[in-house]
Amino acid sequence: MLNSKKVAFSVALALLVAAPAVLKAQTDEDGIMMDKKNLCIGATYMHGSWDHYWEGTFKRNNQNLGTVSTQSVMVMGTYGITRKLNFIAGAPYVWTHATAGTLHGQHGVQDLSAWLKWDALDLNVGKGVLSIYFLGGGSLPLTNYIADFLPLSIGLQSKTLSGRLLVDYQAGNFFATASGTYTGRSNIIIDRNSYYTTSLHLTDKVDMPDMASYNVRAGYRSNWLIAEAVFTQAFTVGGFDIRKNDMPFPSNKMNSTMAGIDFKYTLPKKWNALSIVGGGMYTLAGRNVGQSTSWDLGAFYVLDFSHKRSKAHTSASEKK
Amino acid sequence: MNRHIFLLALGSILMIAACNKNVSDRTAGLPPLAPANEDLNAGSWRPILLSRPDTFAVATPAATNSPLYVADLNEIKGYQTHLTSDQQGQIAYWSAGGVLRWNEVMRELVAKYNLAPYQNTDGSYPTPSSANPFAYPFFPFSNPPYAARAFAYISAAQYDALVACWYYKAKFNRPAPYTVDPTIKAMAGKTGLASYPSEGAVLAGVSAEMMQLLFPDEIGNVQQKLQQQEMALMASGAATRSDITAGEALGRQVAEMFIARARGDNAGKAVGTPADWAKFVTTAQAANQVPWLSLEAPARPPMLPLFGKVKGFLCDSAAIVSLRPGPPPSTSSDEMKSQTSAALKTIQNATREQMKIVQFWADGIGTYTPPGHWNAIAAEDFVKQNWSEVRWARNMALLNMTEMDAAISCWDIKYFYFNPRPTQLDPSIKTLTGIPNFPSYVSGHSMFSGAAATILGHILPSRASAYEAMAQEAANSRIYAGIHYTLDCTVGLQVAQNVGNYAVKRAQIDGAE
Repeated sequence: MLNSKKVAFSVALALLVAAPAVLKAQTDEDGIMMDKKNLCIGATYMHGSWDHYWEGTFKRNNQNLGTVSTQSVMVMGTYGITRKLNFIAGAPYVWTHATAGTLHGQHGVQDLSAWLKWDALDLNVGKGVLSIYFLGGGSLPLTNYIADFLPLSIGLQSKTLSGRLLVDYQAGNFFATASGTYTGRSNIIIDRNSYYTTSLHLTDKVDMPDMASYNVRAGYRSNWLIAEAVFTQAFTVGGFDIRKNDMPFPSNKMNSTMAGIDFKYTLPKKWNALSIVGGGMYTLAGRNVGQSTSWDLGAFYVLDFSHKRSKAHTSASEKK
Repeated sequence: MNRHIFLLALGSILMIAACNKNVSDRTAGLPPLAPANEDLNAGSWRPILLSRPDTFAVATPAATNSPLYVADLNEIKGYQTHLTSDQQGQIAYWSAGGVLRWNEVMRELVAKYNLAPYQNTDGSYPTPSSANPFAYPFFPFSNPPYAARAFAYISAAQYDALVACWYYKAKFNRPAPYTVDPTIKAMAGKTGLASYPSEGAVLAGVSAEMMQLLFPDEIGNVQQKLQQQEMALMASGAATRSDITAGEALGRQVAEMFIARARGDNAGKAVGTPADWAKFVTTAQAANQVPWLSLEAPARPPMLPLFGKVKGFLCDSAAIVSLRPGPPPSTSSDEMKSQTSAALKTIQNATREQMKIVQFWADGIGTYTPPGHWNAIAAEDFVKQNWSEVRWARNMALLNMTEMDAAISCWDIKYFYFNPRPTQLDPSIKTLTGIPNFPSYVSGHSMFSGAAATILGHILPSRASAYEAMAQEAANSRIYAGIHYTLDCTVGLQVAQNVGNYAVKRAQIDGAE
């Protein structure tokens, strides 16, 4: 989509998948779990912008948009139901803006997203630990924002359900994580009762193509610091191209390839319930999306309801 | 337990992936058209361009007991014994009504071609050329005035062709194949109408022929639709090959008359020249007015500035001049300042309901335009009326001639006053839809909608107040969107009613009421 990649957790997952900015503490895309009865809550600010985008495969700028930016504040939390099963939920407030042209920016609360993350298997492999996670999640629009006002819509209004297989390997302080995701998206209803895709549709319902993606991340991971490089690719299963000088549409084909870096720093000693997260992403290639550059910064705090000294753990730290 | 949760999640995902996401059109499953009244006298209705219903000769058909006709019947029987599911689908699709389906085809083409050309590297813009339609920018750019005229020509030509068709049906009175031979199934319903020449084939012929003028890139695709319709007509038992051949030929001949008119109606000159564009600016400046400026970047030449000189079907050029309202407030007046600040206030306080109205009526780039929207509104109401094809065509022609003349009048007014948009006078006015690339006064949406509501209200009096409310909402949508002053819309609706009344006058004397 033309609004920035990290519009939010759910849209990012659903559309452009890589959501390194959000759920940074214990995320739906990493190999970290919260301990039982531990709640990690926090907020992330994200800023993404682009001045070039792809109409189909045609890369262009648009003086009637200038630079399109998306900002969001995402509030989220992860709760350890057990050491092996975590629940993750979050929702963002999103603002969009175009620096040129006359189109009015949009803002509002976007979608609620939630995941169940299950650490299914931990195996000693070589000098490290290989873990397999299964995740199931979904998202739901929280407000009646306009989906059909791209590139300035704050989201797409689709309800989604996702399944993800995630494999994590850690040896010493080195780790690598790979995941693949399939996201089913529900039809949406737009404000007009006809629209043209590759043919005319006399209805207000829009068939949204599903999405698939994979995400690879690797780097340094210790109790106090995670520093990682991220590479991710997402694509719609179906969808159609924006024609030359046409407006984008929610059911467009939206593909993207992105790379970036992320970090998580956990404060020392008595402050160790608090962590700071941040990162940056760049869109290397895309189709019917903006070539977004984004950064994010957030803070997370762990609340322990188990009255034990506890916090996030990785399978590797457990096995050792 | 974990496993259960996971399986539950996985199960839901599979369900969403598997569930039927098919989205179907509102007019997808319509029953066959079953006219309550066949309008058997429609051959005497007043045509638009034809001087007489028999201007184009149609040969006397072969008798129903002749070997030629028997061969025709055998062809139908052959189709009916080996009907493919595709053919059954085509029969169901076309049996809902030829005027309806060709109107939908037209709306699709308008939406497909409603894209403004991308700029050249030097910031100028290429102009689509009918001489070279397959090269970018594709011809046409079916913007609202272009669309209004295209709908009008095709609807008017369909109407004239069906008046001639009904004339010959009454003259020759050859019954439908299923009436002559009871072993032929009537798969699209039965009517008491004579089948020579076939009204469906008349519509196919006239519509396909008009494409060489209106959407030349699509002649091939449209020819395919013509063949599908004609096959459906035969396979359904509604018409023989000779009914079809005569009908298509008649349709094409009538279309040629309309094409000849269109080539001389000034639409080809509506783009204007750089000298024309400059003159609008100097004329406004000479009157101490801020002239309209394109708010696109790079600045795009104004949309079809000489469309006001196109020859209308209902209004002549003197009528167009007489329709002009008084001027908008001076661009330097307090009244204009207060209208502008009102526009800013509206956009700053837009509610979600207002945004929905904006989106619903926007009909901008990539859509079938406001005239197309009113065709959709009309068609979906007409479906419920059980009219004959000729009455469908007559009412669509009245609607679309009104829309074309509304476009001519509106464009005449817009370029006569060359009045700036609110955002030009106050750039802090951001808009909830794309800002149209032509002057503000008066609102095109208000004129298209007001004019359509007037003639549709005459055609379906029980819906008159609903149409009026829709027109008012369409007009309001432009104010909510931040692209018009309130005055553009109130004056636009008034002028539109006067345009619509020209169509009402015609409707009262065309013999169909």
